[in-house]
Amino acid sequence: MKVMAQMSMVMNLDKCIGCHTCSVTCKQAWTNRSGMEYVWFNNVETRPGLGYPRTYQDQDRWKGGWKLTKRGKLTLRAGGRWRKLATIFSNPLMPNIHDYYEPWTYEYDMLLSAPQGKHTPVAKPKSLLTGDDMAIKWSANWDDDLGGSTETMQDDPVLKHMSEHVATELEKTFMFYLPRICEHCLNPACVASCPSGAMYKRAEDGIVLVDQDKCRGWRMCVTGCPYKKVYFNHKTGKAEKCTLCYPRIEVGLPTVCSETCVGRLRYLGLVLYDADRVGEVAATPDETDLYAAQRSMLLDPHDPEVIAAARRDGIPEDWIQAAQRSPIWRLISDFEVALPLHPEYRTLPMVWYIPPLSPVVDVVASSGNDAEDGRTLFSAISQLRIPLQYLAELFTAGDTRPVEKVLRRLAAMRSAMREVNLGRDLPEDVAGAVGMTGDQIREMYRLLAIAKYEERYVIPTAHTEIAAELDEMACSLDYEGGPGMGGGGPFGTASGAPTPVAVENFHALASRQTADHPSTPGRVNLLNWDGNGTPEGLFPPGHHPEAHDGGTPGSSAPGSETGPDKPPAGD
Amino acid sequence: MAVSTWQVLVFGVLPYVSFALFVLGLIWRYRYDKFGWTTRSSELHERRLLRLGSPLFHFGLIFVILGHVVGLVIPKSWTGAFGITAEMYHIGATVMGTIAGVAALTGLGILIYRRRTTGAVFRATTRNDKLMYVVLAGVILAGMYATIRHQVFGGSHGYDYRETVGPWFRSLWMLDPDLTLIQDVPVAFTIHIVIASILFGLWPFTRLVHAFSAPVTYTMRPYVVYRSRDEHRGSRVQRRGWEGP
Repeated sequence: MKVMAQMSMVMNLDKCIGCHTCSVTCKQAWTNRSGMEYVWFNNVETRPGLGYPRTYQDQDRWKGGWKLTKRGKLTLRAGGRWRKLATIFSNPLMPNIHDYYEPWTYEYDMLLSAPQGKHTPVAKPKSLLTGDDMAIKWSANWDDDLGGSTETMQDDPVLKHMSEHVATELEKTFMFYLPRICEHCLNPACVASCPSGAMYKRAEDGIVLVDQDKCRGWRMCVTGCPYKKVYFNHKTGKAEKCTLCYPRIEVGLPTVCSETCVGRLRYLGLVLYDADRVGEVAATPDETDLYAAQRSMLLDPHDPEVIAAARRDGIPEDWIQAAQRSPIWRLISDFEVALPLHPEYRTLPMVWYIPPLSPVVDVVASSGNDAEDGRTLFSAISQLRIPLQYLAELFTAGDTRPVEKVLRRLAAMRSAMREVNLGRDLPEDVAGAVGMTGDQIREMYRLLAIAKYEERYVIPTAHTEIAAELDEMACSLDYEGGPGMGGGGPFGTASGAPTPVAVENFHALASRQTADHPSTPGRVNLLNWDGNGTPEGLFPPGHHPEAHDGGTPGSSAPGSETGPDKPPAGD
Repeated sequence: MAVSTWQVLVFGVLPYVSFALFVLGLIWRYRYDKFGWTTRSSELHERRLLRLGSPLFHFGLIFVILGHVVGLVIPKSWTGAFGITAEMYHIGATVMGTIAGVAALTGLGILIYRRRTTGAVFRATTRNDKLMYVVLAGVILAGMYATIRHQVFGGSHGYDYRETVGPWFRSLWMLDPDLTLIQDVPVAFTIHIVIASILFGLWPFTRLVHAFSAPVTYTMRPYVVYRSRDEHRGSRVQRRGWEGP
């Protein structure tokens, strides 16, 4: 057993109202740059729908993820190493910009600068790629709320995969939102596809990143990722992707999408898993067994054996504790309500979802029945085959049993907690009918419905107690102006290794808070300069006579001709 | 006939200048611009023409380069020792070289046409790119012209560059360039050599650097790469705490 930690996310789809706040804040934070106009590290799709990029789930076409060979060996669906190298000059499986959408802006300036005329000026849409006029035909959420879906919905790859003729029936009854980020998979196909070795999975927390200095823009990762969550920056020619906001995660803050989620539906936390079993689990023969197989490789953080192994494998104590308190572990393994997105891609994704009960509730309520009643809900769940099967295609490779079990648990919680709200006892028989106890129902209710900030996000900070870090900490005292006051390198100020950013920030902030004058005296760090004052050395010397003449005040009256540029005559 | 000044400059000085630029430029670029080390693929914008032009150009060029290596580096006596006569060599090299050259040139034509006519791709083309295209197309055109003029239509044996250009090229590496070998080379070859020298000098400063990141190690590494965040933190060399500053 090799224990590794994985920072993971669970999203409770029942609470998603499709407001796109996560997408917008993510875009503002990470992809609000040229070259990335079309990119949404976080997007929210209406299901059923085509998704972003369009029909990305159709792996017969895009060939993302892994598949098993006839002999049961795991291999990249788009072809192995040699095939990648052979198609490196032109990758036939890469989505085109029109499979995403052509990004645009509006000619806003025209509203102000148009000459006076008969008609009100309009701001025409302009392509951000060519600068020409363009007709807007698609976007990242064009079929939002099933808009126009009578035209497009039949192309939904998930619907196509379902056996029943359900499209029109489905539209009447059923719709939900699916927010998506990078899955930070345990067996990432994008990493495996990268010819340069620029993509990697961080050993500490499992976050999948692109080394921008090593990326050579071969574009194979875009093909490799079945979720199409690696994007090509057409300006820099490099791949970019969701970073799980690692600079925030490292200091214990939730990701931007989680922090700003209006519905508070996202959970962040660690899980421990057995890295030795990745290959074996990903090669599980039957697709429908992948969900159970992936769960089996997650390790119980309360098991003494696991704890001992985790310590042996160098996982810090506070990370083990964080794994024990992790909402992810509780939702996946204690309550068993979270499911992986498309486990059949065999990448072992680590952003999981609690499937929505709301479509069922809506149907029951609109039929005039009591949508809070456990028995009514249970029978509705088993009768509403269409939503059930659709959810199963998304989360369990088509097996409806795990989805049905989750929905029954959510329904049980709903009806049991209504009893509690009405002042009655929690009905143990309802809890028992879904294999839970009353206490478990209460705990699940607390985590899902009350959803306290500190219970949703259990994020251990990056550990500073390892040796390489200790080095920086110890030496930092010796920096010039540091508490150790060792001062400069052997060749005076500014020689030797650069001052750690943390030390620089510390002093800048300290001096700003304690100084009488704004800004930092002496050396100027532009990143810390607050725009006030004129710190020494920042601006070229002005025409201040005193500044140049130093010790001889009065020798040069203002306006006299004895500046440094003009030496006194006779010198 | 004595070697003239311009011949000294073209065959004795220019190759060294461009080679120095080539090597030092690559080192400099790799050290200071790893982020820019890419060819900025435009496949996202346009796929159909690229699918046709890019493999045609690249594979054609790979064979052209292999042909140059064989022609310039391997002495005539070595191939002769394997029983390859001058005629066999001439016909083989001319046929294969022409096919590869036409493929590369056609591919390049498609790619340049695509770059000019696809709006988004043209917008992404820098002046640096345009200069590079001119020089690159110039090298290939001059080489093609020399091949057709002297090898295809130049009599039964063509021009035997393996007696002149090849030994001269090898003498460059001995740091003892023998300019008498090359002073009578046809003009077409001279032009090809001059533009090629310029191309090598420009190489490190254009998108052509991507040729040096051909991902050969991909075939040998495990699929999934794990990396520790501590390995690559900051610019400092990691030392143990007790080893002093």
